[in-house]
Order: sequence, then structure tokens, then C-alpha cells
Amino acid sequence: MHAKTPTTPGTGKAASQERGASSAVVRTSLRLLGAGPVVILLALIVLLSFLSPYFLTGRNLSNILSQTAVIALVAMGQHIVILTRGIDLSVGSNLALASVVGALVFKSTDSTFLVVVAMIASGGLVGAINGLVYVYGRLPHPFIITLATLSIAKGTALELSDGRAIQGMPDFVRAIGGGSIYGIPGSLFVVAGVALLFAVMAKTMVWGRWIYAVGGKPEAAVQMGIPVKRVLISAYVISGLCAGLGAILLAGRTDAGSPLFGNLLELDTIAAVIIGGASFLGGRGHIGHALVGAIMIGVIRNALNLLNVDIFFQLIVIGVVIVMAVEADVLRNHLEGRMRVLQAAGQA
Amino acid sequence: MSKSFAVSPSTSTVLDVRNATKRFGPVLALDNVSIQAHRGQVLALLGDNGAGKSTLIKCISGVHQIDSGMIQIDGVPTVIRSPGSAREAGIETVYQDLALFDNLTPAQNFYAGREISFPSWLPLGMRFMRRREMEAVTNGVLERLKVTLPGAGATVALMSGGQRQAVAVARASVFARKLVILDEPTAALGLRESRKVLDLIAQLRDEGNAVILITHNMEHVTELASLAVVLRQGRKVGELVPTKANQHDLISMIVGG
Repeated sequence: MHAKTPTTPGTGKAASQERGASSAVVRTSLRLLGAGPVVILLALIVLLSFLSPYFLTGRNLSNILSQTAVIALVAMGQHIVILTRGIDLSVGSNLALASVVGALVFKSTDSTFLVVVAMIASGGLVGAINGLVYVYGRLPHPFIITLATLSIAKGTALELSDGRAIQGMPDFVRAIGGGSIYGIPGSLFVVAGVALLFAVMAKTMVWGRWIYAVGGKPEAAVQMGIPVKRVLISAYVISGLCAGLGAILLAGRTDAGSPLFGNLLELDTIAAVIIGGASFLGGRGHIGHALVGAIMIGVIRNALNLLNVDIFFQLIVIGVVIVMAVEADVLRNHLEGRMRVLQAAGQA
Repeated sequence: MSKSFAVSPSTSTVLDVRNATKRFGPVLALDNVSIQAHRGQVLALLGDNGAGKSTLIKCISGVHQIDSGMIQIDGVPTVIRSPGSAREAGIETVYQDLALFDNLTPAQNFYAGREISFPSWLPLGMRFMRRREMEAVTNGVLERLKVTLPGAGATVALMSGGQRQAVAVARASVFARKLVILDEPTAALGLRESRKVLDLIAQLRDEGNAVILITHNMEHVTELASLAVVLRQGRKVGELVPTKANQHDLISMIVGG
């Protein structure tokens, strides 16, 4: 540790105690960083309940949650893609297309079941195209293909709908998107269910482990015999399915399908994942990060509305929060490096 | 060739590579190379950069396939088509870049791609993991090999170079049933960390594995290896039992002086 410290056993002990102490500091800092987003969210809620008497009312909270539900749902899919070092820019257009497809199916069949299936399948199909072209087209990065499908899905949605919103959704879909049970928005049940499913899959299924492995080190995943291509495709399909589910929530809430839905949703969902504390470098984060990030975005928007801050300023605040989150990620990497050095010094 | 030809277990030949030849376009990377690795012994594979060491071990670990020649494992001619089939044959390789996942714990790293899971009728990816079992085995192995780590559940990202190397070697030791190949395992390590890894290699050997060690460090060769094979320009140019006295001979074989 010190240049003058000779490597004799006696002084080695003192040095190792000191190392123990600083390694504890690094560990604690890492833990604090990990808890950061949740702590900030809680602090924000406490602060806002003082600033605005309306903030902590049941009606406002339920309002925040139903407004955040779509972001949260799609962010969970985005999160899985980001875990694999990827990005899905197509989620917003994908959602718009799915809502239009659903509205058209409802017009021609009147079948609730078919509408729901069509929206989810439409989302999954766009996701599958993303994954298949990315993997088998041997693209260097998913940015390009999902940018392309962003455009293609949007164009298709505009073509199919003639550029206009199509009114009318089945009762069931409206109930999920806009209704509530005992004051709890129906969309919240969908979000909670999907979150629970993803959490269980990530933690207990081999597939979940592989998502983290592929994001952690793709080359090693190949060497260890993990079917990397299939794992990557699955991530984009899941992101697409989430966009399809998001379409159900949004179409249900507005009783329509529209090619203009999901505008900038890709940015909101990426921001939610990063603000929530998952790493943009892949392989780190859990589903809670996507949820916390989405709620944080919802809370910030709601608060600035309540405090009468103009809407342009909201964009600036969210941008600043993104920078802070990314810096926290950088700081974590730095601390881990520091930990490695301490570990090397401690090797007897 | 049947198993009955094998000699007594203590010196039985685990790996027998005969007249291996490998071409990459116009480049003859391996030219008629034959080596043998024996149970409970360390074979040092020496040579300058580009001598063909890496090509040879990649042919054994399934990354490349030899164009002609034969590989026998326990006396049985075997075609090693992929890294997966090498592992199935009981061959584990510790690559130079270690192939560790920084974001995973040692137990998760050990079993990546071959998780203990159920039910077995589902494809592996769809199964559920037996996490406790994997952790128990991993902790047992790390304990047996006396590897000290930052703490249970810490990810590899928090570990020093030596600790990572130890995790990679320990992983190989769990799954190797016959042969462990180590590609410059001490290249990036300090003295103390190297010592630890050398002890691990000795332990792998003493547990009955055949070990192939690629290294540039002659001290390590004389300490561990019962035989050193030298490659130059894709050809085997010599082999001898390394001692302190003949280190110079080894070095001149390597550089071709």
C-alpha cells in the first residue's frame, strides 16, 4: 500500500488490516450505488409530499401509475435487450403498429380474443424480425436494424390506418387499459404480473442466466457452448411482445389504435432502464431497475406538472437525471477496479 | 486400438496426437506434430510466438480441426468437432482470456452453459436451475483448492487477476475428467499470484489429470513439467525432460539457435 512498506510478515498484517478497511469502504460504496435509484425515488416522494399537498393523494398516485404503466411494461422488455448489450429503438413504432392492427381486427371480427392475440403477435413479430436480422444478418450492432424497423413499423401503421386513429376497442381491452379494481388501475395488474414473471424467469431459469452471460461476455458465452444466437433473438422477441402488451394498455385507455402512439417511447424506456440503475454496458441489472426507473420518470413528470413547471423544462430535468445515472454506472466500474487492486494486494 | 493396450494407470496415455497437420490457406501451422499427455503428469508446450502452440491446443480443444493425423483419447481415435464435444470427452481448456463472466459469481461462471437443472426432458434453456447444488459444488472445489475470494456471492468483477485465474482453473478442475489445457496461465500475474496458480496446477495433476501447460517461463517448466515439447514453425523440434541444467538447451531449441 505504501511505497516504504517492506514485505515482511509483521508489517504485512497491519497493511492487510488497512486493506480490509478500505475494501469495506469500497464495498459499502458499491452497495450504496446499487441502492441509489430506490433511495432517490423515496427521497423524491417524501420531498414532493411536502411541496404539494395533492401529490400523496390516492387519486394522484393512481394517476402516476396508470400513466407510467406503458413505459414500465415496455421498459421491462427493453431491459432484457439492454442486458444482452443491445438496444431496441423500434418499441414505440412497434406499439403503434400493434394498436392499429388490433383496432383493424376489432373492426372486422368483433372478437376480443383475436384482437388481443393480434396485438401481442404483431409486437412479437416485429421483435422476431429485429432479432433474426440482427443475428443472421451478422449486423455489428442492433442499433441499425431496430432503427430500420422503427421506420418500417411506423410506416406500416400509417399505411394501414391512413394516418388516423381508429376508434373502438373491446370492453375487455378497455377494462385492462382504463379500468380499475378497488381504485387500483387494471394496467397495474398487467405490469405486476409481467414483472413477476420476468423476475422468476431471470432468477430461476437457465435462459435467464444465459441472458446475463451473453451480456457479460459474448465471446465467453460462445466458448462455454451457450446458444448465443437463440438467446439474443429471444431478447428481441420478448421486447416486441412487451410492446404488443403495451399497445393493449394504451389502446384500452384511449379506446383506439393510432399510428401516433408510442412516440419517443424508445427514449423513455431506455431512460427508465438506465435511470433505474441497470448498466448500459450489459449484463447488469434486474427487472426492478426498469420499474423504479419508469416510476421515477412518471413521478418527475407528475411533480413538475403539479408544481406548474413548464413542459419544456421536464425534458431538461429528465436529461440531467440520465446523465447522473450513467455517471453512477461509470463510478461503479471505477470502484470495482479499485476492489480488484485491493484484492491483488491482499493475495498472500 | 482398444483400451487393453493401455499401460498401468499411473502412466497411462490420456491424449495421443499423431502426425497432426493443419493448414490455414498457404500457411502450414502444424506440420506432422505428435505429442502425448499422460495421467498425473504435466506436459509443457514451448515455442516462440507463431510456433504453432495455440493452433495445436485449439485443435485439441475443438476450436479447430486437424487436416490430417489422428487424435486418440484413452486409446480411442476421436474426432473433436467443437469446444462442446471436447468438453464432453473430458477435456477442459483454460483460455488465455479466461472466458469468465465479470458480472457473474464463481458458481454461475462454473456452470455457465451446463447448468444443473430440471426437468431433463425440456431443452436446457427452458429448465429451472438447481442453484444451491451448483453453489455447494463450487464452494467445495474452491475450498479444496484453497482459493481465497472476496466473499461468497461476489462477482468476478471484484477479483484480482490471480483470483480470476484461480476461478478459471478451478472451473476446469470440476469438469475435467481427463485433460486440462492451460494457455499461459501466469502471463498476466505477479509473483505471489503466479505461485498460487502453479500450486493449483500441481494439485490438478496430483488429482490424476493430464495437464498441458503453455508458458514462456522456464522456471515454471522445470518446476512442474515431466516433459517439455518444443515447437518451431509448426514442427516439433525437440522434447526433453526439463531440469535446471538443460534450460539453455530448451531456450536454444525455442529460438532455433
